[in-house]
Amino acid sequence: MLDRTPLLQAHDLRVTLGATEVLTGVDFAIRQGEIVTVLGPNGSGKSTLMRALLGMIPAGGQVVRAPGLRVGYVPQKLALDRSLPMTVRRFLSLPVRVKDAEAAQVLERVGMAGMGPRLLSGLSGGQLQRVMLARALLGRPQLLVLDEPTSGLDQPGEAAFYRLIAEVRAETGAAVLMVSHDLHVVMAASDRVVCLNHHICCEGTPRVVSAAPEYRALFGLGTQGALALYQHRHDHSHDGVHDHGAHGHHDHGHGHAVEVTGHSGHGHHDHGHDHHGHDHERRHRVEVPRQARDGGELGVKFASGKETPDAS
Amino acid sequence: MLPEFLIRAGLAGLGLTLATGPLGAFVLWRRMAYFGDATAHASILGVALALATGLPVGLGTLTVALSVAVTVATLSARGWAVDTTLGVLAHGALAVGLVAISFVKGVNVSLESYLFGDILAVTWTEVALVWGGSASVLALLLWRWQGMLTATLDPDLARASGIDPDRERLWLTLALAVVIAVAIKLVGALLIAALLLIPAATARALSRGPEQMAALASGVGALSVIAGLALSLNQDTPAGPSIAALAAGLFALAASLRRQG
Repeated sequence: MLDRTPLLQAHDLRVTLGATEVLTGVDFAIRQGEIVTVLGPNGSGKSTLMRALLGMIPAGGQVVRAPGLRVGYVPQKLALDRSLPMTVRRFLSLPVRVKDAEAAQVLERVGMAGMGPRLLSGLSGGQLQRVMLARALLGRPQLLVLDEPTSGLDQPGEAAFYRLIAEVRAETGAAVLMVSHDLHVVMAASDRVVCLNHHICCEGTPRVVSAAPEYRALFGLGTQGALALYQHRHDHSHDGVHDHGAHGHHDHGHGHAVEVTGHSGHGHHDHGHDHHGHDHERRHRVEVPRQARDGGELGVKFASGKETPDAS
Repeated sequence: MLPEFLIRAGLAGLGLTLATGPLGAFVLWRRMAYFGDATAHASILGVALALATGLPVGLGTLTVALSVAVTVATLSARGWAVDTTLGVLAHGALAVGLVAISFVKGVNVSLESYLFGDILAVTWTEVALVWGGSASVLALLLWRWQGMLTATLDPDLARASGIDPDRERLWLTLALAVVIAVAIKLVGALLIAALLLIPAATARALSRGPEQMAALASGVGALSVIAGLALSLNQDTPAGPSIAALAAGLFALAASLRRQG
C-alpha cells in the first residue's frame, strides 16, 4: 500500500530575492509514487520553488521533509566547463563513489548502456539528461526532483524521457516532482499539475487544471485544440472582467482541484482570488491561437539544434 | 656531482609542484586564473609588511593573500564585479607593497627576488617549509576532493547532495593562499600563477578525467622545474622565468599534439 504521509510538504512558503517577492504563500505536498509537475511561464518562480523545497535557498514559511528522505536531483543543465574533463562513469561517482557494476546497471536502466567511458562534453542534450537521471537514481531516491528536464530536447526526445520517468516511478515507487513550461507532454505524464505564477494559481489532475481559467489565463490558450472540450462552461462565467465585479467570488478551478486531489491546504485559494483580476488581464493580452504557438515552438526547438553533440 | 644549492632548488621546486598540479587544475576548472594572479601580486604587500614588522615573510604573504581573498568575496557579494575588485586590489596592493618596501630598503632586500623568485638561493629551512605547505595543501585537496569536484562541476548538484559550495570555495581559497605564501620565494609573485595555470592547461589537453589531469599537471610542473633549472645552470638564465618559460613550451607542444590527434 502507498503511504499517504507526504514525503515533502511546504506551508506558506515565501521566497524573496532582493526586493522581489518571487514566491508568496505557497502550500505544497507530494506523496509517495506521485508525479507532480509545476507549470508556469518563465520567471514565475518554478525553479525557485524547487530550490526552496530542497533547501538550496533560504525561504520563509515551513518545509517539512519525511525523516531520512532520500532525494535525487536532476538539474536543468550542467554548468559544464570545457576545462574539466569528465567521463560519464566518473560523473556517476560524484559525490558518492559507486561500484562499476552499479554504474553499469543504472546506465543500462536509462538506456545508456556502455556509455561509461564517453566524455560528458560529447553527449547530446538527451543523453546528458539520461546520465543525470542515472546519477540521481544511484542514491535510491524516494523523491526525484527534475528541473525542466526536457528543455534541451526535441519532441520525440521529450516524449521518450517522460516515458523513462514513468517507468522509473513504476519500478521504484519514487515520487517525481518536475518543473516545466511545456504544456502538452506534461499533461499526459503527470498525476497532478500545479500552476505557479509567484503563488499557486490552480492545481489538480491534468484534466482539471487544463480546464481551469487560471491555467488558461497563465498560458494564454485560445479556444482550439483538446482543451476546448473543457472550456464551454468556464467561458461564459469568466471571459469578462465584469463577472468578477458582479460575483466577487470564484470556486471554479480551485473547487475542482480540491475535490479531485483531496488537497488539504487552503491558503493558495485565497491567493488565487487576490490575483484574479490580474490573471484575466494577462489572459487577454497574451492570447495566441494554439496552432500558431505549436508551430512556433517546434520551429525554435529544431532550429536551435540543441541535440547536436558538443564536439570536444 | 650536483652542487648542493641546486639540489635544494630542485627539491623545493618539486615539492611545490605536488600542490600546484591539483590546485592549478581547480584554478582552471573554476576560472580562478585572474583570482590567483591577483592574490599573488598582492602578496608583495605582505612581503613589505613582514619586513617592516620583522615577522617571517611567509606569514606576511599568507595574511595578505587571505585578506585579498576575503575582500574580493565580500565586495563581489555587495555587487561589485569580480574583475573590478580583483584589478583594484591586485594592483593597488602590489603598488602599495612596492612603495612600502622602498621604505624598509635599509634591511637590504632584493625586490627582484620577491617579484621573480630566487629558487637558487633557498635554504634547507625554506625547502622544509615548501614541502610542509605543499603536503598540507595536497592533504586538504585529497580530503575534500569529491565535494570540491562536485561543487566545481555544478553548485546546485552539490547543494542537493548536502555539500556547501561556498565552504568548498573557502577551502580552495585557503589552499591558494598557502601555496602563494610558500611559492613566492621560489618563482616570485609575478610568476606563481604561471606555475599554477600552465601545467594544468597542458595536462588538460592530454586528460580524460579530473584525477588524471591533476596528476599530469604535477608531472608537467615537475618536468618544467627540472628543465628550467638545467637551462638556468647551463645558460645562466634567471631560474624562475626559465621554469615558467619551459612550462609554456610544454603547453605549446601538448596543444599542437592535440590538434593533430
